[in-house]
Amino acid sequence: MTWFLDHVPQVWSLLVTHAVLAALPLLLGLLVAVPLGWLARRYPRLYPPVVAVTGLLYTIPSLALFILMPLVIGTGILDPRNVVVALTLYTVALLVRTVADGLAAVPDHVLQAATAMGIGPLRRFLAVELPLAVPVIASGLRVAAVSNVSIVSVAALIGVPQLGSLFTDGFARAFLDPIVVGIVASVLLAAAFDLAILAGSRALTPWVRARGAR
Amino acid sequence: MITFTDVTKVYPDGTIAVGGLSLTAPTGRITVLVGPSGCGKTTSLRMINRMIEPTSGSIAIDGRDTATLNATELRRGIGYVIQSGGLFPHRTILDNIATVPLLLGWDKRRARATALDLLERMGLDPALARRYPNQLSGGQQQRVGVARALAADPPVMLMDEPFSAVDPQVRDQLQDEFLRLQAELGKTIVFVTHDIDEAVKLGDQIAVLRVGGTLAQLASPDRLLADPADDFVADFLGRDRGYRGLAFAPAPALPLRREPTVLLGSTADAARAAAAGETWLLVVDAAGAPVGWVEPDRLAGVVTASDLHRGGTVARVGGSLRAALDAALSAPSRRGVLVDESGRLAGTVRAHEVLEAIEREGPGGP
Repeated sequence: MTWFLDHVPQVWSLLVTHAVLAALPLLLGLLVAVPLGWLARRYPRLYPPVVAVTGLLYTIPSLALFILMPLVIGTGILDPRNVVVALTLYTVALLVRTVADGLAAVPDHVLQAATAMGIGPLRRFLAVELPLAVPVIASGLRVAAVSNVSIVSVAALIGVPQLGSLFTDGFARAFLDPIVVGIVASVLLAAAFDLAILAGSRALTPWVRARGAR
Repeated sequence: MITFTDVTKVYPDGTIAVGGLSLTAPTGRITVLVGPSGCGKTTSLRMINRMIEPTSGSIAIDGRDTATLNATELRRGIGYVIQSGGLFPHRTILDNIATVPLLLGWDKRRARATALDLLERMGLDPALARRYPNQLSGGQQQRVGVARALAADPPVMLMDEPFSAVDPQVRDQLQDEFLRLQAELGKTIVFVTHDIDEAVKLGDQIAVLRVGGTLAQLASPDRLLADPADDFVADFLGRDRGYRGLAFAPAPALPLRREPTVLLGSTADAARAAAAGETWLLVVDAAGAPVGWVEPDRLAGVVTASDLHRGGTVARVGGSLRAALDAALSAPSRRGVLVDESGRLAGTVRAHEVLEAIEREGPGGP
């Protein structure tokens, strides 16, 4: 506890970096997963390969991916962008299937009606299909957010500082305090992400809670 | 006017959904496409707004070939109602109705005012405007679906089994409201149903389609019932064609008899005096509207609502022969109750008198 009180500014700065490194890939991953999910939904033949390939990405060990990244995208070994790109891939892996399934759950008669009223394909996607898929996509996003918060800490091993640095530090010095603080901070951060996504989803889907109030 | 000229739709697997269909849906009228499943009625409907493209042949609206028009703009000019309503679950009722006006670039205030207006016109509480579709009953959703199709005041409406997902009582009510609305609006409507009774009730003309999408018969409902083109049409029309055809027979003057009545709440003695020996006596309310029959001999105390026999149907003076005959057949006294425009008792008629009127009109309608 005294260790924590002595290191509040340092822990706070690691927490902020951690949050950014986890959140940025979440947004980028969502931006990539939406068009991919749309493709998999629009062309049923693409669904199995797209979902299989993106799903496999998740099985690549994070440490390996962090180390390989500089070779693939030509960044320096300590560049935080390695972490962002790698986590974006993980986010895509978790979200593509969710997006495709969320879009598939939009009732056919709603789509028919939209088309029959003269709503073009792009507008139909943005104004009808995507909003209706929000609850499903948000559930996938919550999983991805927690996963990202957890995986970011591994980046301490390749020298990108964030809450994971507290684990390596504590381990190197056989000192428990930073490790406990790191775990508590990670859990709180993951909970905060989860709540934020939940709140965002609820704000975007007032019709879901209007159910049953007949 | 919508004109099908030798329209064919063949699916890639070789199924012929529509085979050389030619027909005209006249302006301001309801044309019903009816037939068993697989007769291509929905496919035919969807080819009008190019949700499905014909394999060959052409469809023209007021002389303009739809294939030459921009599909999106074409659709914005055609109202479309489907069975399940197809409402957007994530938009309020008001925004659902305002969809097409907003697509057409109306300013928001005008679109919403129009939507609110239509909501009331469809007999819905304006308080529903801010609700979401899943907060409405099936019948209410269907009304909103019709309101949405009407929002931009399109001259043409396509309706694909719009009333078949609601329970029979609500369906009847929706059909009546729909006919009343159409009498005001005079849209050119193509209406798809598998229910021949609905077709007969709503259609100005009925196109009976057979499997494979060919036209078996195109006729007004009364002609169809009186003179089916072949066994297929006759079978599809079903039983009681003669009786159902009476619904369209022009209403001749029926000999109305004065019917003794008693006011609801009168004493048993008053009822027995009014009946003058007859077994059944008609009871009316304070407004003069018939409410049911009683047997005065069985009365004790006063005439209450629970004493009433309510089996008798009520027909309107100048209404159809079918309604008049049914009133006579269903009344326990065998005296059919006829009412005037405002629902007040006009008199009674007996079944044989209705039959004599039918005989005078000649067999098989006009």
